[in-house]
Amino acid sequence: MAVKSVIEAVREGMFEEMCRDPDVFLLGEDVGPRGGVFLASQGFYEEFGRDRIIDTPLAEASIVGIALGAAYKGMRPIAEIQFSDFIWPAANQLIGEAGRVCYGTNGNLSVPLVVRVPYGGGIRGGLFHSQNVESYFFHTPGLKVVAPSTPFDAKGLLKSAIRDNNPVVFVEHKKTYRMVRGEVPDDDYVLPLGVADVKRAGSGVTVVSYGLMVHYCLEAAEALSGEGVDVEVVDLRTLKPLDVDTILDSVRKTGRVLIVHEDNITGGVGAEVAARIASGAFDYLDAPIGRLCGPDVPTMPFASSLEEAYMPSTESIASELRNLAAY
Amino acid sequence: MARVSRAPSTETALPTKHKQLGLSDDEILGIYNKLVLIRAIEERIWALNRQGKVPIAASSQGHEAAQLGSLTAAQKDGSCFLFPYYRDVALKIAVGLEPEQVMRSFMGKVGDPYSGGRQFPFQGADLPHKIIQISNVVSAGVTQATGYALAGKLKHEETVVLCYFGEGGSSQGEVHEAMNFAGVHNLPIVYICENNRYAISVPQNRQMAVGNVADRAESYGFRGVVVDGMDFFASLQATSDAILHARSQGPILLEMKVERFMPHTTDDDDRRYRPSNEVETARQQDPVLTIADYLKVHGILTDEQLDSMRNEAQEKVDEATDSAEAAPPPDASTIHDHLFAS
Ligand SMILES: Cc1ncc(C[n+]2csc(CCOP(=O)(O)OP(=O)(O)O)c2C)c(N)n1
Repeated sequence: MAVKSVIEAVREGMFEEMCRDPDVFLLGEDVGPRGGVFLASQGFYEEFGRDRIIDTPLAEASIVGIALGAAYKGMRPIAEIQFSDFIWPAANQLIGEAGRVCYGTNGNLSVPLVVRVPYGGGIRGGLFHSQNVESYFFHTPGLKVVAPSTPFDAKGLLKSAIRDNNPVVFVEHKKTYRMVRGEVPDDDYVLPLGVADVKRAGSGVTVVSYGLMVHYCLEAAEALSGEGVDVEVVDLRTLKPLDVDTILDSVRKTGRVLIVHEDNITGGVGAEVAARIASGAFDYLDAPIGRLCGPDVPTMPFASSLEEAYMPSTESIASELRNLAAY
Repeated sequence: MARVSRAPSTETALPTKHKQLGLSDDEILGIYNKLVLIRAIEERIWALNRQGKVPIAASSQGHEAAQLGSLTAAQKDGSCFLFPYYRDVALKIAVGLEPEQVMRSFMGKVGDPYSGGRQFPFQGADLPHKIIQISNVVSAGVTQATGYALAGKLKHEETVVLCYFGEGGSSQGEVHEAMNFAGVHNLPIVYICENNRYAISVPQNRQMAVGNVADRAESYGFRGVVVDGMDFFASLQATSDAILHARSQGPILLEMKVERFMPHTTDDDDRRYRPSNEVETARQQDPVLTIADYLKVHGILTDEQLDSMRNEAQEKVDEATDSAEAAPPPDASTIHDHLFAS
């Protein structure tokens, strides 16, 4: 196994699926000779040619709408939205249409579509290059939402998403792209959608998270181990379908839980997780369910001071965990 | 088909192209002085990015003639409101920002006139200079600009809106929706497309099957004009005409053909997709050179004056950089401020 970055894992996952299945093709802004602004498709244009690697006009509604149409005909498009912040012109096609196709045709049509979405902050992206968009799609029936945190998960989940017969919004945290590295098997493997992963086993407090924040949670857990607090870190990996069983199993074991995400707290994924825990593991709780999330402002501002104030950090997570453990 | 607008040719206009356009020697010299300062600021910003002091920047280098020409027309008119886009750096400085305000905006410091450090440089609003640009979402401002023009009309004001976007941005569905609406309601708006033939890496022939964005205007019931956006005077002339047209007859689309001298932003590496000599060739039309030549030919600028202009610009940029660097970022406790209006 070789050590790779998240962006390399994404690239490999797409590349292998494109080799495996001629129905897979990629469309988006600058995905061609430029190789994507994050270089997710570096070298693809040369390998697969311009019929399968389509540099689109700058128009997201058409990127998703056209991908959707091609999916009706059995192709497996991967639509790249350059930054999550620019997905809104495509909201109608994605939220309004894609999630309703299978249901609305009584199962006669399916949508094997992946929309890849670099998202998230901590990179001085300001209000329009940092957004957490996942909860809008999380709320939408008929869409699956995947949010990997490691290279291993990114590749295995992306390959599953491409093979899935449903519209999958695959959000990739930009800050993890080059920051997070890990072992990735060279052979063909897939990871099932809808299965969370216990990234660190522990018995004292559960922390549930996804994406970049998983790494901050792991660091916080490590820091607390010296203080005798044994933290279990549950990485959701797939936001939808949500793996409620893994969450409840962990909470039943520890009796204390903190939910961490970068997205705004109100109506975020954590609200749903908290509700599921409250109804599924109430008798096991030794402390109120905690949430440490982005504040309710429109994304982290550009200034370093304000961005820092927005983002949950290893320190703020550790401090919340400490409080929960002592409750 | 779009019409082609050119400035009066040099032969017939000699020696006073600028005077024909209503600019005195002092005024054209002042505009050039600003251009020299703007170039110095932009070059410093790029360098500051490489030093890790400015997280991101887009540059207007190559677009300045179009931006300053159209701005000069707007300023001469006096009743224009601007909806620029992120590449309109020269325009946004030239309206009257101090170099230090510029630097504070690029560094995300207190005193950023656009967003107080909440947004990317120069995103937000500079209302004292009649500018709104809420976001980086390409072309999201185009329908908004159209709504602003509608409001001006409903209020029986003289306001003409100038709305800027790139040719890449012209592909957005909302641009079609905006222009269609403006055509139906005969709104006082000038759409200005700065066409540098690239949307980041995507060349024009992968963005559209037509040669001119201006050709689309006809389908909305108004006129489209192709302008040589490397020519300050042509840009000024075309925009002055367009403003009068918009006020009396309704919308018009100007397509300013320009060059992008720099990579898309400080994050981009254009060697991946651009022929190596393309920029070099384009730089022969650099307005910083061509306007200087013009001024010298007409005895308005000497080499000595040019030298001292450049030195003065460097001094201003040095000072602005130092004080912006020393300025604090906004206090973390302000993160919740202004979520709603009071
Ligand atoms: C809706 C949206 N999609 C994508 C982007 C990313 N992006 C920023 S600028 C740009 C290219 C714009 O090209 P053009 O409109 O021609 O303007 P130029 O930068 O060449 O001046 C892209 C794709 C964005 N900011 N907004």
